[in-house]
Amino acid sequence: MLKIENLHARVDEAEILKGLSLEIPAGEVHAVMGPNGAGKSTLSYVLTGRGGYEVTQGSASLDGEDLLALAPNERAARGVFLSFQYPLEIPGVPALTFVRTALNAQRKARGEPEIAAPQFLKLAREKAAALKIDFDMLKRPLNVGFSGGEKKRMEIFQMSLLEPRLLILDETDSGLDVDALRIVSEGVNALRGPERSMLVITHYQRLLDYIRPDRVHVLSGGRIVASGGPELALELEREGYERYARAA
Amino acid sequence: MSLAEAIRERDVSRLPSRRDEDWRWTDLRGLIRQAPEPSAPLAADRVGEGPFSSLAGRTLVVANGRGPASLQIEGEAVIAVDFVSGGDGGHAASLSLTVAPGATLILLESYRGEGGYLSHAALSIALGEGARVERVVLADASADAVEVSQAEVALSPGAAFAQTLLTNGARRQRIETRLSHPGGQAEARLDGVYLLAGKRHADLTSVVTHAATHGATSQLAKGVVRDQARAVFQGRIVVAEHADHTEARMGHHALILSDQAEVDAKPELEIYADDVACAHGNSIGVLDEEALFYMRQRGLPEGQARALLTEAFVGEVIDRIGHDGAREIARAWAAERLQA
Repeated sequence: MLKIENLHARVDEAEILKGLSLEIPAGEVHAVMGPNGAGKSTLSYVLTGRGGYEVTQGSASLDGEDLLALAPNERAARGVFLSFQYPLEIPGVPALTFVRTALNAQRKARGEPEIAAPQFLKLAREKAAALKIDFDMLKRPLNVGFSGGEKKRMEIFQMSLLEPRLLILDETDSGLDVDALRIVSEGVNALRGPERSMLVITHYQRLLDYIRPDRVHVLSGGRIVASGGPELALELEREGYERYARAA
Repeated sequence: MSLAEAIRERDVSRLPSRRDEDWRWTDLRGLIRQAPEPSAPLAADRVGEGPFSSLAGRTLVVANGRGPASLQIEGEAVIAVDFVSGGDGGHAASLSLTVAPGATLILLESYRGEGGYLSHAALSIALGEGARVERVVLADASADAVEVSQAEVALSPGAAFAQTLLTNGARRQRIETRLSHPGGQAEARLDGVYLLAGKRHADLTSVVTHAATHGATSQLAKGVVRDQARAVFQGRIVVAEHADHTEARMGHHALILSDQAEVDAKPELEIYADDVACAHGNSIGVLDEEALFYMRQRGLPEGQARALLTEAFVGEVIDRIGHDGAREIARAWAAERLQA
């Protein structure tokens, strides 16, 4: 599914990723943990094609296709979805309109027919109910005036409608109380499947109690410095990142 | 009015120029070196249909300055006034509307034309006590034209006047509104949208004078400029001495989508009364790159993301149009001009 090899990337003059390699097979959930400044958000932005990041070496591919050569919307149409740490507010565009426009843009890019409005509404109602989102909220401009928890729920809502193949969750637990964390995690877990991979980026182990990873990687100094099973996350929670900061 | 006289008498020295403080960003004197010939009557087959003709109970056509001079409105009416211009001549028209106390008027006004004409329209709109008027102006002038529309609006106590100007500019264009506000629970809304491309120029100028207590004015203007277009917004709200309990809000917000486009804005509140609630906000910016990336990450191609953001930006003003049919026409007009 996702294959990253020896990835180097910089922002302005500063090199942030320094030879990162990572492979996530189809159907697996991998967590990337690391201290602040390790390059976690940079990894998510480089994979999704945000401007301002320059890849100087290495590669990233999805099912063998070079991701780095594609525009952000082309990557989205191929199934890459980033749940933002701080989802953006889109004034004047109702949430429902936004998601339907995005879904149809992706379908068009894949050569599929557009989804009809009634069919979309039915689907949206189901997904909103599952995430305990008040349907009226979907008529309001996307994320404008929403609380941190509501914004994260909207990310999962979009994810469940867009049905991506590679899900990247960037610090999805930040700003969530325990109840919201549970709802969001259930939404994510409902999307687990043999054809879908997930990259869960987090500073804290807490999220991984809810979204259980198959593998855990430690990102420090722009590289993966250690990999292991779920027990590695518990060890990091106990002992901190100090040891790995030195290793980097 | 000196501009109408300048056109009629073919005297360029009487055109407003940059030396007039009020016209310094919309200089006509420097632009027009030679007064055009008077416009010939416009042939009937060149008039065609205006954008609002299907919505109005009655349509008045003013073709190359020729049309009715006055109108009385009683009861409820939906009236379209369609200013059509053609050719390279000069013409001026004036129209006076008197809205009886308690009457309701939907005034759907349009400007359109072909050629390098110089046109002036002077409107005077008087609202009796408790009268209600919604004025929607759609200006779709020729790129070669110089066009000025000036409206004098006089409210009576308890009257309500709501206006939305929509324009894509001209070679040089000014749409001006001067409103005298008597207070006494009268309400005014003066909105505007400009969407300018190429070398087009549009100037939205308004002056509202609150003369007595308990009046309200709300103003929201938004615009998008690209290429080498230039927009001017001048909004002045004057609250006279003793016009206490006046509520006035003014907002002007613009997006500049190219390095060579320009927006000049001058929002002014002149307050001589003590007990008022007045505020104004003005911003000029670019599309939010973070929001664009977010939208593209969800699958929207860049052009579509930009169009959606700019449509939403001006949509806030269009949503305030009360008349359903006019609002839909305004929305379609904006969407067509903002598509990538």
